[in-house]
Amino acid sequence: MDVKSPYLHPEYETLSREEISKLQTERLRETMQQCMKVPFYAEKFKEAGVTPDDIKSPDDVRRLPFTTKQDLRDTYPFGLAAVPLSQCVRLHSSSGTTGNPTVILHTQRDLDEWANQVARNLWMVGLRPDDVFQNSSGYGMFTGGLGFQYGAERLGMLTVPAAAGNSLRQIKFMKDFGTTAVHAVPSYLTRLYEVMQEQGVDPRKDTKLRVFAIGAEPHSEEQRQRIEKMFGVKAYNSFGMSEMCGPGVGFECQEQNGLHFWEDYYIVEIVDPETLEPVPDGEIGELVLTSLRREAMPLIRYRTRDLTRVLGRTCPCGRNHVRLDRMKGRSDDMMVLRGVNIFPIQIEKILMQFPELASNYLITLTTDNDNDNMTVEVEIADMFTDDYKRLQELTKSVTRALKDEILLTPIVKLVPKGSLPVSEGKAVRVVDKRKVYQ
Amino acid sequence: MKQLSIFLENKSGTLLNILNALKAADIQIIASTVADTQDFGIYRVICSQPEKACLVLKEQGITVTLTDVFTIELEDKPGEAARVMAIFAEAGINISYMYSFLVSGKGILVFRTSDTEKTAAIIKAKGLHEFA
Repeated sequence: MDVKSPYLHPEYETLSREEISKLQTERLRETMQQCMKVPFYAEKFKEAGVTPDDIKSPDDVRRLPFTTKQDLRDTYPFGLAAVPLSQCVRLHSSSGTTGNPTVILHTQRDLDEWANQVARNLWMVGLRPDDVFQNSSGYGMFTGGLGFQYGAERLGMLTVPAAAGNSLRQIKFMKDFGTTAVHAVPSYLTRLYEVMQEQGVDPRKDTKLRVFAIGAEPHSEEQRQRIEKMFGVKAYNSFGMSEMCGPGVGFECQEQNGLHFWEDYYIVEIVDPETLEPVPDGEIGELVLTSLRREAMPLIRYRTRDLTRVLGRTCPCGRNHVRLDRMKGRSDDMMVLRGVNIFPIQIEKILMQFPELASNYLITLTTDNDNDNMTVEVEIADMFTDDYKRLQELTKSVTRALKDEILLTPIVKLVPKGSLPVSEGKAVRVVDKRKVYQ
Repeated sequence: MKQLSIFLENKSGTLLNILNALKAADIQIIASTVADTQDFGIYRVICSQPEKACLVLKEQGITVTLTDVFTIELEDKPGEAARVMAIFAEAGINISYMYSFLVSGKGILVFRTSDTEKTAAIIKAKGLHEFA
């Protein structure tokens, strides 16, 4: 480690585009070999009539089949394992979705590589072994906890697994331990700033904070800049997904002009979500990732459902790994609110349990004072009571039941029957008014 | 006495819609009250032909039901409401809601209670007059 170098892995980070192509070609062949140990992929490759020897360039990945989240559910729990379970050392499972959860397995080498990716990112934004890193992210199944923990340790920083919540303790740690860097979801940082203000803590004077890693929930450039101004701290956008390992897949460099997706670890495609054909650089499409270094559970052309676009393939920072825009939305109906993945069907399932409610509902997502909120409007089936208290109790019970399901507290509003827009064909259930998508 | 209980959304124009529907059906409102609430409210109406009114409103897609309420006639003089309410308070009956109006020189108290049967029994026993 040369602490003066801007690169932790110069041999990979500064590859030319040609070198990246060559490395990806080799690694795609290796990944296909690994995948062929999984009956699911062995069959699919056979159907497609493609063998590792047919791979002459990274673009040949297009000859391979896509993998979807549904495939992960269908093969739950271990159907996509490419190694015996005895060689796996870690399992992560996806957060709240419908049906089967998804399981992601890791070998020791997978964990090592994951830590390397996160360490590379943190180094890229100027963190060095003498920094103190406080990880204010949920631990447990959420990969943002352990992912950043191992990555920050790999870099050599003193790493504080503060986990999410308990703002007073977070602030005390920051002051007492001389925390210089924090990883958190952006909405939590604005909350933390409010608490600092209440406590008379000035982050510029009373802390040594200088770097934030923010991610796991959609946020706008405006929100990022507001956070930077509040704290006087640089905030860098992080992209991860458990299917690819977790955080570390993509990260902004100090140019703050898009996220570098590490092409020594992934083949990045942007496709039209309808036709599944590649879209030209600059055009928005669905991000599709093929893992190149995953051993326990390699995934081929995984449809992330995240919408983004290619901003460029060169950068003044000297890294030629593709730069992608911050995520622009989803090609399915999943909502990401405060780091939690929510599908409308989960809301619907709960509402249907209340006979007092009709079947029409509308979910509205808004940003109020930098906090993302969900409002659920639902029609009442009929005027089942004349008692205002009973209507209020119904509102409360629905709120509680929804909270148990989605782990966030929505604002529930009862509305008269027939008052919500009835859409023809596919019902519009979600209106996203958050700043990030404006 | 039948009262209309109408679910009200806190949105401009909802009340007017209801009033226009009643007007078109030639229904006269005798007394009405709307509670001040955050997200939704209940509009309670004593009117002529409540059954017809309820049907008319339902046809307009309005969320409405008919509710049985107590209506007690009072003398048009100070202290009457207090006198009547004292009777229910002594009996341990809670009033869910109440409103009042004056018609033909009579005060009318409209209310619902926590215990309908007991209330009816007390009204009978105490010889209170129900408005019809």
